Amino acid sequence: MSNALDPHAAIVTEAGGLDPGGPLRTADGQPLTRALARSSRRARRRAFLLVLPLLLFVLLTFLLPIGQMLQRSVKNDGFSANMPQLSAWFHEHPRGTEPDDAAWAALAADLTAAAEARSIGLVGTRVNYDMPGTRSLFTSAGRKARGGIEPPYREAILAMDEKWGDPKLWSVMREASSAYTSNFYLAALDRTRDDDGNITMAPEQQQIYVKLFQRTFWLSLIITFTTFLLGFPIAHLLATLPMRKSNLLMILVLLPFWTSLLVRTTAWMVLLQQQGVVNDILVWLGLIGNDQRLQMIFNQTGTIIAMTHILLPFMILPLYSVMRTINPSYVRAARSLGATSWTAFRRIYFPQTLPGLGAGALLVFILAVGYYITPALVGGSSGQLISNLIAMHMTQTLNWSMAAALAALLLGGVLLLYWVYDRLVGIDNLKLG
Amino acid sequence: MALPTYASPLEKVWHYAYLAICAAIFFFLIAPIVVVIPLSFNAEPYFTFTDKMLSFDPEGYSMRWYRSLLTFGMANPDAPGGLGWWADAWQNAKWVNAAKSSIIIGFFSTILATVLGTLAALGLSRPEMPFRRIIMAVLISPMIVPIIITATGMFFFYSNPCEPLTWIGLNPQCGKLAGTYLGVILAHATLGIPFVIITVTATLIGFDQSLARAAASLGANPRTTFFRITMPLILPGVISGALFAFVTSFDEVVAVLFIAGPDQQTIPRQMWNGIREQISPAILAVATLLVIFSIALLATVEMLRRRSERLRGITPH
Repeated sequence: MSNALDPHAAIVTEAGGLDPGGPLRTADGQPLTRALARSSRRARRRAFLLVLPLLLFVLLTFLLPIGQMLQRSVKNDGFSANMPQLSAWFHEHPRGTEPDDAAWAALAADLTAAAEARSIGLVGTRVNYDMPGTRSLFTSAGRKARGGIEPPYREAILAMDEKWGDPKLWSVMREASSAYTSNFYLAALDRTRDDDGNITMAPEQQQIYVKLFQRTFWLSLIITFTTFLLGFPIAHLLATLPMRKSNLLMILVLLPFWTSLLVRTTAWMVLLQQQGVVNDILVWLGLIGNDQRLQMIFNQTGTIIAMTHILLPFMILPLYSVMRTINPSYVRAARSLGATSWTAFRRIYFPQTLPGLGAGALLVFILAVGYYITPALVGGSSGQLISNLIAMHMTQTLNWSMAAALAALLLGGVLLLYWVYDRLVGIDNLKLG
Repeated sequence: MALPTYASPLEKVWHYAYLAICAAIFFFLIAPIVVVIPLSFNAEPYFTFTDKMLSFDPEGYSMRWYRSLLTFGMANPDAPGGLGWWADAWQNAKWVNAAKSSIIIGFFSTILATVLGTLAALGLSRPEMPFRRIIMAVLISPMIVPIIITATGMFFFYSNPCEPLTWIGLNPQCGKLAGTYLGVILAHATLGIPFVIITVTATLIGFDQSLARAAASLGANPRTTFFRITMPLILPGVISGALFAFVTSFDEVVAVLFIAGPDQQTIPRQMWNGIREQISPAILAVATLLVIFSIALLATVEMLRRRSERLRGITPH
């Protein structure tokens, strides 16, 4: 503690207490370290208490729902809850056991009970997810079983429909007999299980999800690149103009940013239609004939054009804020040392814009990957992204577990990118206008 | 952006080409928004300029689509004008009801997001805040996570808010939040919170903490310090954040599609229906009104930003 070379140390020690060798003390005699620790603890608690209400709110309205969705992606008790006896039989007998009399009796009892409880549709829907075309098998069996099924059960059920003897059906029912399953994730990756429970590729015509993930990835990459192509010159111009002029021009960037997404998407629909303004102008200019109007919307082109327009401000703003800080004398120095303007740009200016470029590109890519509204309205069938398929499963096919599994995979990708963004850029540096 | 005097002729050509490219990109940014405005006055049900419109014939223009915003859904749109007609429009017109829903939901979700978000931003800006980075990441995530995922999760949660309690073995019964105003307000507040946090923390970075310390040393308690010193200084940032939160709610359609009931048909929801089913120039009339609305908002935010910079002593150079 006593440092002969540092006069302040001696003064503090003397002022701190009666015992020059002991710990430093506050005015009321407590050790200084403890008092400091207590006060910093109190400050930490105060700061945390300010954040706590919002943290709880977000936990309740955001994190819990996401958790519920993740649970839904691995859990579907449509079969196990409504077919308890058959589910129990599956648990007792390992895979590969031929269905015996007990199994058929359990099936008959469950079918009858489910038909009376009117839950047979749920059972059929669950099995239908893994084996398309089987829902009607269950509902018609439910209708016939309403009065009860007489033994011998095997013959009685097979008399309803020969398909009940299909080993594939029994394999699928075994899968469904446990409430928790990874089958929805397998399906989301275009995989399925064969009769022995091994993972195989889904039939060719059912392989849609991986292709859609790939398309989402490529379209987002293209959109990120086009926003870079269009955003870079604008950001450069805004950053090098005097503040007064650049503030005025900045309004042209911020106005689209503040305008409703639906308005911007509608505007593109109006502009790009076959009878729309852009085609009219092209015909009027004589570039195309009236009968060769371009199909620019309801396909990938429409998605790319509209999303580039919508996401452009997210590229311009981070680029602009980095370019503002670049000292122009570096480029001048390069020119004075004999560099051509292209070399000076390539070797001196461009490398300094990379932090802004990285931030903008990541942000645009993250937002593009999860876009839903614009592709749904202007994408047609070829411009749909993975989000649109999630929405379709949520609202049309009602295969919620499938939607949840697809959403979970997308979420994983987005969170990975978010983590990269936080590492490289820092969320604190996110700016809005 | 002046051209240096030593520029070669080729560089001069390139410079003007560059300016032309920039002008074209600005045109790309603005033209789609501007073009809907004249088209919304189209007298014909088309989405393109008719010959009459191009020759500035007054007959080519009309207010019929704006009128249809009021009459669509009315019980008796052809009744003679007067108080009864307006009362009918106020009660039954679909777009008017959509506007009412949007404003109610936007107002309450903004209040919720702004109060909670500002408190949290105050905590997050303190140097002693523990786990700052991870908490910030969580609070910003509703902006990053694709809206379709959030809406899917909310759909499950709001249909059965008690389900998470069954994970810990309880089995309570509770009502639905889906299809209620409360549900949509909570959802929109969640989506607006990141914007409030970002805007208010950005304002607090420039906030001089010694002002608050000066107030405390002069005998003000923490509450007085907050309301008399901190609040007036960060108010522009708080209002900008609130405007962002309001716009987020006012423009949100996916969560509304998933969790709202027939009573909570907001303007974007009504537009969504209109675009998907039968797109008519009435949509363009709504779009025009929304563009005017966003111009007003942008002007307000810009004004607040300048005021905030002046208050904090940052002058534009």
